[in-house]
Amino acid sequence: MASERIVGIDLGTTNSLVAHMQGDTPVIIPGEDGLNLVPSVVALDDKDQIIVGNAARKYLIETPERAVYSIKRLMGRGVDDVQDELRFFPFRLAEDLQPGEVLRIKLGHKTFTPPEISAFILRQLKRNAERYFGGSVSKAVITVPAYFNDAQRQATKDAGRIAGLEVLRLVNEPTAASLAYGLDKKQNGTVAVYDLGGGTFDISVLNLHDGIFEVISTNGDTHLGGDDIDNLLITIALDDIRGDMGLDLRRKGEVVQAIRKAVIEAKIALSTQPSTTLDVSLPDGRRYQREITREQFEELITPIIDRTVGPVKQALKDAGKKPEQIDEVVLVGGSTRIPRVRALVEELFQRKPHTDLNPDEVVALGAAVQANILGGGSDATENMLLLDVTPLSLGIEVAGGVTDKIILRNSTIPASATQHYTTQVDGQSNVAIHVLQGERELAKDCRSLARFDLKGIPSMPAGLPRVEVRFMIDANGILHVTAREQRSGKEAEISVQPSYGLTDEQVEGMILDSFDYAEEDFRQRQLIEARNEANTILTALGKGRDNPGWHQLTSNERKQIDKLEAALRTVMKGDDYQGIRKAIDALNQGTTRLAELMMDTAVTSVLKGKSMDTADVGEGPAAPHPVAKADFE
Amino acid sequence: MPGEATSACWSCGTMREVHFCSACGKVQPPVPVDYFTFFGFPRKLNIDTAQLEREFYDLSRKLHPDLYARAQTQEQQWSLEQSSQLNDAYRTLKDPIRRTQYLLRLEGIELEEQSKAATEKARTTGEVKKQVVPPDLLEEVFDLNMQLQELRMQKQVGEDDPALLEELGKHKLELEGKFEALLDELKSYWKQWDAAVDSGAEEDRRQILSKMLDLLNRRNYIRNLVRDVNEALES
Repeated sequence: MASERIVGIDLGTTNSLVAHMQGDTPVIIPGEDGLNLVPSVVALDDKDQIIVGNAARKYLIETPERAVYSIKRLMGRGVDDVQDELRFFPFRLAEDLQPGEVLRIKLGHKTFTPPEISAFILRQLKRNAERYFGGSVSKAVITVPAYFNDAQRQATKDAGRIAGLEVLRLVNEPTAASLAYGLDKKQNGTVAVYDLGGGTFDISVLNLHDGIFEVISTNGDTHLGGDDIDNLLITIALDDIRGDMGLDLRRKGEVVQAIRKAVIEAKIALSTQPSTTLDVSLPDGRRYQREITREQFEELITPIIDRTVGPVKQALKDAGKKPEQIDEVVLVGGSTRIPRVRALVEELFQRKPHTDLNPDEVVALGAAVQANILGGGSDATENMLLLDVTPLSLGIEVAGGVTDKIILRNSTIPASATQHYTTQVDGQSNVAIHVLQGERELAKDCRSLARFDLKGIPSMPAGLPRVEVRFMIDANGILHVTAREQRSGKEAEISVQPSYGLTDEQVEGMILDSFDYAEEDFRQRQLIEARNEANTILTALGKGRDNPGWHQLTSNERKQIDKLEAALRTVMKGDDYQGIRKAIDALNQGTTRLAELMMDTAVTSVLKGKSMDTADVGEGPAAPHPVAKADFE
Repeated sequence: MPGEATSACWSCGTMREVHFCSACGKVQPPVPVDYFTFFGFPRKLNIDTAQLEREFYDLSRKLHPDLYARAQTQEQQWSLEQSSQLNDAYRTLKDPIRRTQYLLRLEGIELEEQSKAATEKARTTGEVKKQVVPPDLLEEVFDLNMQLQELRMQKQVGEDDPALLEELGKHKLELEGKFEALLDELKSYWKQWDAAVDSGAEEDRRQILSKMLDLLNRRNYIRNLVRDVNEALES
């Protein structure tokens, strides 16, 4: 079948890649420079044009205040979460950040949210793919660390939308890697994927069973990776320079970036050589030179890489497996090239890890395989199906500040669960629902995902209302929550808007803004605007059909409107914005009489008043949290 | 078989199976059924877990949202609902304890008093939790609590009594042994339950349910004791 183009994207901390399925094989799509890896670096040049990838790297050293890297570390996080990062990374936050607002990073005199910066990288990958195919690309599978929480996943999805990509699926990175691995191997067994990248660590244990890739457990640390090694080495070098040469360079962005470049090169060299020399020229003309042996390097990084041991043991325990029951260990992520890391993995699993795959590319290749499956599959992916899990338990806060877990970690997704609660106080009319993610017993120790109030519960004695809270995690690992008071039918539904997330309106606005930074793509903007307008008129028409005025039309008039509506809906699916505009105009003209009739009845409908079936969601007075599980008759 | 739907497929009109159309394979709107029915199993506790796994994989291949990425929104929603129900049902039935708890709940029996939620409720409201000590454990629990108290006192004054620690360690091992043995006992009730389902004797069924409830309560009780010992030893 002539399937539409769906690409697989690995949006990495250090590097990003785009891949697609060519026949039976996933392949990486190179950039214009011929390179597979697009460094996840974004810079603003002196004409305020956005530069991404290899071309942006020189700005890190020349004008570090106009460049940013490792933005993935800030995705879905709030000001309070990132204090640690700010110590080590040259992120410059906007000065006018309000509490609770999504972070904004300064590039020159402009500010961008982490999803917008990620979107610049995605847009570059999209362009690379479009040049490669010679046609448009609008759909993608994007990978995320398995241990990403809900807010981080939402932020990644938002980045995709801002970049003009429909994100068909978020896939966990180690799971994607296992797809690429399994495509090669086609054998049953238990596989562990150890994924140590630039900024994140994941471990996943999977059962491979006749094409089904069933994740049994996953664990990790979303702030552990090669970046931490680099920062350690940079700190040591800066201390050296201060101590031995009397030069405090900690605030000199350009020099710090030059040192960063040197330590990364040294780190890479030490994977193949017994020793190497750090060599950086300093602003006063002197040189900082220091020899590092592999032995010294390994001793330095041991505390960092030992942080992967806890998650590995927990994942094995959760999977109910002993190390010797793992048939194969797959290494993913650039940091697994470090010999000390390989030795640690070998020690943990008592076997040599599988290293045939390119650890930088395997995640993107797996994303391309999943894209192919979603696009309807091919001979190579026939019978392949991914069953993933949620990495962290989800629950709500109940009286006493305790977390009541509703869905446990490592549950296969999609997953759902329902829990019942009741009120603490007589006549309590509101119940505060505080959605939490994490393993800790107390709410304050878990990640707060969202808060909303279920309002308007009719007055009842404490303990009588029956509040049903339903959690549903979709195949992307994103949570949807509904709450309902069953005796009165009051309902509140939210697709969890993370505490540090963007609203739909903000994302829409950013989609439009982002075009100002792209050279071309006016057509895209026109298309989005035309579609928005079409949606507005279709919504209005939907309301019109419920209006008494609708029934005063002749059957011919109604049929004509139906025809025009169908025409608009069809043309909307395509990307011909002029066609959409024409269809909108036609529908506008065709509904003139309906609009007049509706005006006539407008006065009466105002008098009718509104019926409020839905409970308010959002701001309001603080309501008490519910009490865990009531006893009901 | 219970829950077998008799309506027609929304897409092609053929009489359909519960979750998807047997003729055209399309996913069907979810029907609220219990987890046993979802898999087409009778409400029995001895389940062939290999067969359960096979059914789970087979149904996943027909219901998972990945297969509906290009379908209409409505079908995508059905697939999401159906496959979450499938995953929930599989997760519950494959685990012996969860499976038994679920059956008890289906039969209208709540394990409230021993649940974590009930413990927390008691903690926050200050009420004393109704927790019945299993009679045959009375003596042991009494001894154990004395020892735990002694240990806490000793720790306060910084003393260390190796004999007491050894005694507690022994207790803990015994409790863990009892905890393990309960699973075998539970399985003997499963047999009785399954036989009662076949014979349809209502009186028998009630009796067995109540035995299983006791056993699960005991199990929770012992688990909490082990946890207390661990906490006391570690603190």
